[in-house]
Amino acid sequence: MTAPATGPHPRNARELFWAFSHLAMQGFGGVLGVVQRELVERRGWMSNEEFLEEWGLAQVLPGPNVCNLALMYGWRQHGPRGALAALAGLLALPLLTLLLVASVFRLGADQPQAVAALRGMGAVTVGILAGAGIKLLLALRSHRLGPLAAMTLAGLATLGITWLDLPLPAIVAGVGGLSCAWVYRCLRPGERAAG
Amino acid sequence: MSPADWLELLRLHLTLSPLAIGGAMTLAPELHRALVVQHAWLSEAQFQACLTLAQATPGPNVLYIALAGWTVGLQATPGPLLQQALLAVLGLTIALVGVLLPSSLLACAAGHWLRQHPQHRGVRAFRQGMAPVVVGVMLSAAWLLARSLDLCADPSQPVPAAIAVVSTLAVWRTRMNLLWLIGAGGLIGAFGAFGAFGAFGGLGGLGGL
Repeated sequence: MTAPATGPHPRNARELFWAFSHLAMQGFGGVLGVVQRELVERRGWMSNEEFLEEWGLAQVLPGPNVCNLALMYGWRQHGPRGALAALAGLLALPLLTLLLVASVFRLGADQPQAVAALRGMGAVTVGILAGAGIKLLLALRSHRLGPLAAMTLAGLATLGITWLDLPLPAIVAGVGGLSCAWVYRCLRPGERAAG
Repeated sequence: MSPADWLELLRLHLTLSPLAIGGAMTLAPELHRALVVQHAWLSEAQFQACLTLAQATPGPNVLYIALAGWTVGLQATPGPLLQQALLAVLGLTIALVGVLLPSSLLACAAGHWLRQHPQHRGVRAFRQGMAPVVVGVMLSAAWLLARSLDLCADPSQPVPAAIAVVSTLAVWRTRMNLLWLIGAGGLIGAFGAFGAFGAFGGLGGLGGL
């Protein structure tokens, strides 16, 4: 789907840079849950459905998923400059933070309190991922395959990863392949995209 | 490190980049083999520290590769501090650009092609078909992170699991700023809630004796 002509969107590359900086600095243990929170809910730059589509593509392509998403989203909004701005925003501040923390740890600061604080923040990250996951699961109610089929496929993917320990490419090929083929059959040839 | 070694570092990251299907963490075993086992540019503990620190600090997980490159550069050649710092920046740049460039070009090209063919039946089937997988991956990420943090390992320490549950509800049902949640989680952890509850559990055990 293409970007909606109306509604909020980043005005320029600088705004893209700061938006992605802001979401990157909230992502402890990965940025997956925060992207949905920031881009869909706080800024309204995309809908849950658009987010799922963008992320599906970013996930299938090689490379860090969130970097792929930043590049594709940034490019669509403001061309190559936008792509670079979004990627730079995603990486710059977290990289400086990481180097700072790494330097401190090298000096021998091994504080159990800091470790415990990080564990507490990690527990919050679990909640961010789970909360965003629940909202996106509910967004599947309007999926083309119908709520039951779409949520069952999501459940299969979850079980495959957590219970069977299948690698992601296998999940994408198996559950994703089945799902895509099913949607393909439901789409009539020549039908206009909704929205 | 010789110039040939730097080139090898670049080649390694450039060739791994297109293989990173599923994200940067999938490259960890292969990077470990090359950096630690094959070339011995990093020690086992240093590689583990890169992974742990990148997980513990904000930002995308791919930054563990940048930190590994930084560390390789930092100890490449003994010398004055400034020279070591410059080599560290060189190592970081080679690693990060190397691992991102091929996959990023591919992502931009794929995104461009898809924008050109938005009505293509296969394109729309792919975009809508992948949605359930994305949801599954996100829920799995929550579960796997909870498992790696051992949130539910010890029933006598309910605080970490409670933080996760409260955060889930806050993210799902409210629009509150995530930084407040993260800060609160960090404070509760730092103020020893986990440890205090551990001690509490221990005392309970003693009471049973």
